[in-house]
Parts: sequence; C-alpha cells; structure tokens
Amino acid sequence: MRVMAQMAMVMNLDKCIGCHTCSVTCKQAWTNRAGTEYVWFNNVETRPGLGYPRGYQDQERWKGGWVRKGNGKLALRAGGRWQKLANIFSNPKMPSIEDYYEPWTYDYDTLLNAPAQKNFPVARPHSLISGKPMNVSWSANWDDDLGGSREHAAKDPMLKGIEDKVKFEFEQTFMFYLPRICEHCLNPSCAASCPSGAIYKRSEDGIVLVDQDKCRGWRMCISGCPYKKVYFNHKTGKAEKCTFCYPRVEVGIPTVCSETCVGRLRYIGIMLYDADRVLEAASTESEHGLYEAQRDVFLDPFDPEVQRAAEAAGIPGDWMEAARKSPVRRLIMDYKVALPLHPEYRTMPMVWYIPPLSPVVDVVKETGHDAEDKDNLFNAIETLRIPVEYLANLFTAGDVGPVNDVLRKMAAMRSYMRDINLGRDGNPAIAEAVGMREEDLYEMFRLLAIAKYADRYVIPTAHAEQAHALEELATDCPVSEYGGGQQGPFGEGSGAPTPVAVENFRALQARQTSDSYETELIGGGNKAGRVNLLNWDGVGTPDGLFPDNGESK
Amino acid sequence: MKNFLWVIFPYICLAIFVVGHFWRYKYDKFGWTTRSSQLYETGLLRWGSPLFHFGMLGVVMGHVMGLLVPQSWTDAIGLDRHTYHLIALIGGIPAGVAAVVGMLILIYRRRTVGPVFSATTVNDKVMYLFLAAVILLGIWNTIAGSLLQFGGEYNYRDGVSPWFRSIFTLQPDADLMAGAPLGFKIHALLAFTLFALWPFTRLVHVFSAPLGYLTRPYIVYRSKDERVGSGVGSRAPQRGWDKSELKR
Repeated sequence: MRVMAQMAMVMNLDKCIGCHTCSVTCKQAWTNRAGTEYVWFNNVETRPGLGYPRGYQDQERWKGGWVRKGNGKLALRAGGRWQKLANIFSNPKMPSIEDYYEPWTYDYDTLLNAPAQKNFPVARPHSLISGKPMNVSWSANWDDDLGGSREHAAKDPMLKGIEDKVKFEFEQTFMFYLPRICEHCLNPSCAASCPSGAIYKRSEDGIVLVDQDKCRGWRMCISGCPYKKVYFNHKTGKAEKCTFCYPRVEVGIPTVCSETCVGRLRYIGIMLYDADRVLEAASTESEHGLYEAQRDVFLDPFDPEVQRAAEAAGIPGDWMEAARKSPVRRLIMDYKVALPLHPEYRTMPMVWYIPPLSPVVDVVKETGHDAEDKDNLFNAIETLRIPVEYLANLFTAGDVGPVNDVLRKMAAMRSYMRDINLGRDGNPAIAEAVGMREEDLYEMFRLLAIAKYADRYVIPTAHAEQAHALEELATDCPVSEYGGGQQGPFGEGSGAPTPVAVENFRALQARQTSDSYETELIGGGNKAGRVNLLNWDGVGTPDGLFPDNGESK
Repeated sequence: MKNFLWVIFPYICLAIFVVGHFWRYKYDKFGWTTRSSQLYETGLLRWGSPLFHFGMLGVVMGHVMGLLVPQSWTDAIGLDRHTYHLIALIGGIPAGVAAVVGMLILIYRRRTVGPVFSATTVNDKVMYLFLAAVILLGIWNTIAGSLLQFGGEYNYRDGVSPWFRSIFTLQPDADLMAGAPLGFKIHALLAFTLFALWPFTRLVHVFSAPLGYLTRPYIVYRSKDERVGSGVGSRAPQRGWDKSELKR
C-alpha cells in the first residue's frame, strides 16, 4: 500500500444556476493575458450541448485518454511513445482555434473618437488572433441555455444511442449546467503524453501542474487530455492548465472558482488513495466497473492500518484529520452520491459531480403531482429514462444503476426533510427505501443544503517549514534553482517575484469584518488573524497585528 | 582574409553557439520552446512540417557522414568513390528535396495565413533568411557539383571535410577551404553565421528533442520540496544535518 493524498472537488449540479461567475473570476485570476484569450481553465457548459471545445467528448475523433488493449494493458488512445515522437512535428489530433473559438475584442476607440453624426457609431468586433474585423459566430458558451439547440445540442456526442428516445423533446424536458475544471486525475493522460516530462503530479496533494521551464511546446498534452483541459498559450508557446489555485490551497483558502461560487455548490477536501492500485483500477475490463474500481482505490482514513501506512508515507497528522473531515470523502464514500465525469476515459478523474435531480422534479411539478413525495419522485426517476440515461452517459459510462441510486437518495432526502421542515416526525421508511440511516440523510442534507463555508472547504495547509517556498508568501529567491541565489538581470527569472494570490484591500476587509470567515484552520490558528501590513492605514490595531497576550478579548 | 574567413570567423561563431546556448538555458528556460503555430492553422502544417523536419534530419545525417567520416575510413572498408557518391546522392537528394519542399510550404503558410504571419517576429524572419539560404545553397552545391558537374568535379571530401574536422581538432587549416568552389564557400560561411544566430532564435528547440520520453515512466510525480526525504509536510533534512553513519 502506497498512501497518497489528493486534493479533490465535488460539485453539486442541482445547485448550479449557470451564472458563469466561477468562469469569470477564474479568467480574471489566471487567463486574463495575451496568448490565453480563448482559454477557460473553468468553463460552464449547458447540457445537452456541445461543450467547450466543441464536441470534446467524442474520443473517436479526438483520441484523448486511455484505452484498454486486448491483453488487459492500458495504452494512450492516440498511440504510444514511438507514435508520439513520429507525430511530433505536427500533432494530427490537436484542436484548432476554430474548435475553441476565435477570441475577439471591440473597437471601442470609434465610440470615443467618432465625430458628431446622424447615426450612432458602432464598435465592431475584431479578432484577437488576426487583428481583423470578424463576425462573432461561436464562443466558449455559444449554446448556453440550449441556444440554437436544434443545430448544436443535437450534435452532442453524449446523445449517442439515445437519439431516438430524445427526439429533441429534451428542450421541454430537461437541461442542466456542467461546470468543468481540470480533473487532476490519478492517472493523467496529459502527463503521460508529454514528451518533455514537463507535466507532473505533485506528490503532496496530487495537483497536476505544467512546469513552464520544462515545457517545450510539443502540444501532445492538449490532444492527450480527453477533457481538453490543457491549453496552448499561443504567445509563449507553452501549455497551460488549471492549477487548482495551488497558491491559495497551500495556505488553506479554497480555489477562486469555489470561493466565488454563488450557488455554494463546490466542495474541496482530501482523498487518500493507494497509488499502487491506480493502474490496476484504470485497467478494469468493463467500463461500467470503472466507477466502483475507482472507489476501491480510495482509502479509509479511519482505518488504523491506513493510518499507520500514511504515517510511514510521511502524511502529517493534520492532513489525516482533514481526510477524516473531508466533505468530498463523505459525498463519494459515505453517502455515495458523487460520481466521476467520464470514468470510461480511464484517467481516474478527481473532480466528481452530484447529478442533478431537478430535471425530474420539474417534470413531476408540471404534471401537477406533489414533487416532494418520495413515491412520485421514485416513479418519475424510473419512468423518465431520458435524463437518467443521459446522466449515465456522462458519469458512469452509460450504467444507469448508480445514477438511479443517487437520484433516489436525493429524492428521499427532499421528501424526508419536508416532513421535518413542516414540524412532523421524520419518516424512517423513506431513509430505509434508499438504504440509508435517518441521521445520515439529515447530515447529508446539512452538507448539501446548509453547506457552511467550513463544511464545504476542509483544506489542510502546507507546512511551516516549507513556507518560504510557497507562492503566496514568496520569500524564496525565484532564481535560486539556477544556483547562487542571485537574481539575474536577464530573462524571465529577473526582477522580484509576483505572488499569484495576494489579497487586495477589499478582500482583506471582508475577511476581517465578516463573522463567517472566523474559520479554524486545521493546523491551528485562524484565517481572520492574517494581517496584511501593506494595506494597514496605520490607524488603530487590527486583530492579529500583535500575537494574543493571553488576555481574553 | 583567408585566415579570418576560415579560422577566426568559424571559431567566433562556434564560441557564440556554445556560450549562447548556455546563457539562454540559464536565463530563459521559459522562452525555450518550439513556438508552434499549429493552433492557428493545421492543413498546410500537416504536410509542410513533417516534410521539412524529417528532410532536415536526413540532411543532418548526410552531413555527419560527409563531414565527420574521413575518406580514408570509407576507402579502408573498400567503398570506392563512385559508390560512395551514389549512396550520398540516393540518400541526400530525397532528403534535400523533402526539406526544400517542406520549407517552401512552411514559408508560404507563414506569409499567407494572417495569424501565423502576425506571430512572426523580426528574429524569426532573419533566422528564416539564413536557414533558407543555407539550405538552397546546399542543394545547389549537390546538384551543380555532383550531378551536373559544373566547372569540373569537386570532391568536398578532399577540401571541405578535412577543413571542418581541422577546426575541431584545434589545428585549423585555412588552405584546405581556400581552394573550394564559391558555392561551398558561401554555404559554409552562411552555415557558421546561422550557428552564431542559433542560440538566440527558436532553433534552440532542436536541443530539446524529447528522447527521454522513450524511457521515462508515464506519470511523473514531483514534490514541492525536491530534497530527498521531504514527504507531505514532513521536514527534509537541512544541509549539514546528515545523520552520522558508522562506516566499518
């Protein structure tokens, strides 16, 4: 057993309202630069729909991820090492800018400089790629809210096999949003595809990162990732991807997309897993077995044997505590309501989803029946094959069983909590019908519906002795790796380092005045105690300026 | 003049080549990339780029054979001059033609596809000029010298090759080169100029040919702290704090 810790995320799709706040804040934080105009580390797509880039799920075309060969071994779908090198001068499967979209800006200057005239001046869109005027005809979420769905959503690769049942009545029956970030897979095919070995999985927290100094721009990761979540920066000529906001996570604050999520639908926590069994699980013969195989790789932090092995592997006590408290572990292992996105790609993704019950609820509601009654909902899940089969295509490689189970649990929770909220006694039969205990159903409700900040994000910090190297503190010398610890006058390593996630004044003020941020960190101390002296106006003494002298406040 | 062109100038260029690469790697790892433009355009690249690059690999191999392997060695294994030239032409002409056709496609693409053209820097243009000149002169020398035999036959393995080797054995002999035809002279001079430009252009990507990919494990794990013994959050031994070991 080789215990490793993985920073993982679960998204509760029932609560996603498709507001794109996560995408926008992520873009402002990470990809608001020349060369990454078309890049969305986080994007929100409407399902059914084509997604971003267009039709990325069609692996017959894109050849991303892994396949199981006849002899039971895993191989990259786009071909092995020799084939990669043979295709290195021109990647045959790389999406072009049209598959994403051509980014644009507006010619705002004409609005300001136009002379007085009879007609209003118009700012025309200009391509950020060629600089020429262009017609905007596609974007990262062009088919948002099923816009133009007869033309676009009908081409959704996930409708394969159920087209005849859908007959485009889905416009009336269901629609939901799917926010996507990098999956930070246990068996990442992007890393396996990288000829330079620049993509690596961090052994502390499993975050998959691109070493910008080692990347040589061979572009194999871009076609290797089946989720198309590695992007090519066309200005620097290097690959870039979602970083799980590692500078923030290292100091115990959640990713930007999670922090700003309006629906509070994202959960972050630690999962322990056995690294020795990842390959075996990813090579499971039946695609339907992959979901359970991945659950089997996860380790129980309450198991004394796992605790001993974790200690031997150097996982510190506070990380184990975080693993026991992890909301992600509770949703995946205890309640079994979270499912992986496309387990059939065999990359062992680590951003999981709670499939939405709302399409079913909406249909029941429209028929005039009680949409909070367990039996009505259970029947609806059974009869409404289309949403369930569609969800199964996304989350369980087409196996409707686990999706059914999750939806029944969600329906049971809804029905059970109605009784409690109306002041009646909880009905034990409801919990029994889905094989859960009443307390668990209640706790699951607390976690999913109340979703306090401290419950959603259980993020152990990196350790004090590593602090000098952390991005946000950044007291480490940026060019120390080049030897001598001297800052060079030339090249990218010159000048002072810019921390990726410094707090601004308003964030600091919010943190220090809001009660809800009074969160105990797992490693002791508290987040509100952080004071940024650069933003201190010199008046008064903010909390945490001096260490607590023992007197009570 | 003879000494400057065939002794001093090559050494200056080679010094810039070596020191330049060291400097570039030390200070600009981030800029060390192929600067691919595939995102903008795929169709032409799909043909041009493999043609050019595989052609160039063949050309480079031909140069290694022609310049580095002394004539006495091939004579020793009983390869007469005619057979040698036949082998060189059969291997060299297709590689050279592939490189030139690929290069023409790539230059056409770079000029006509808007986004690719606007991503082309002055540095790129200067580099292309020298690279194209070297390649075209090289293939002209092959065709004119060996195939059509303008101005009599010239055996570069009596002149150019020993001169090239003499540079590396630190006993440069300018006279060997002084008697070569003009085409060979210009080709060599431009090639050395290209070597001097090399470390400052995108050509550095030649030295990141990912051969390690064939042997490394698929998934790379790396620690925040790369010192041995630093697992998750555990403290790595600091310098000078190694445990004392009893050595018997």
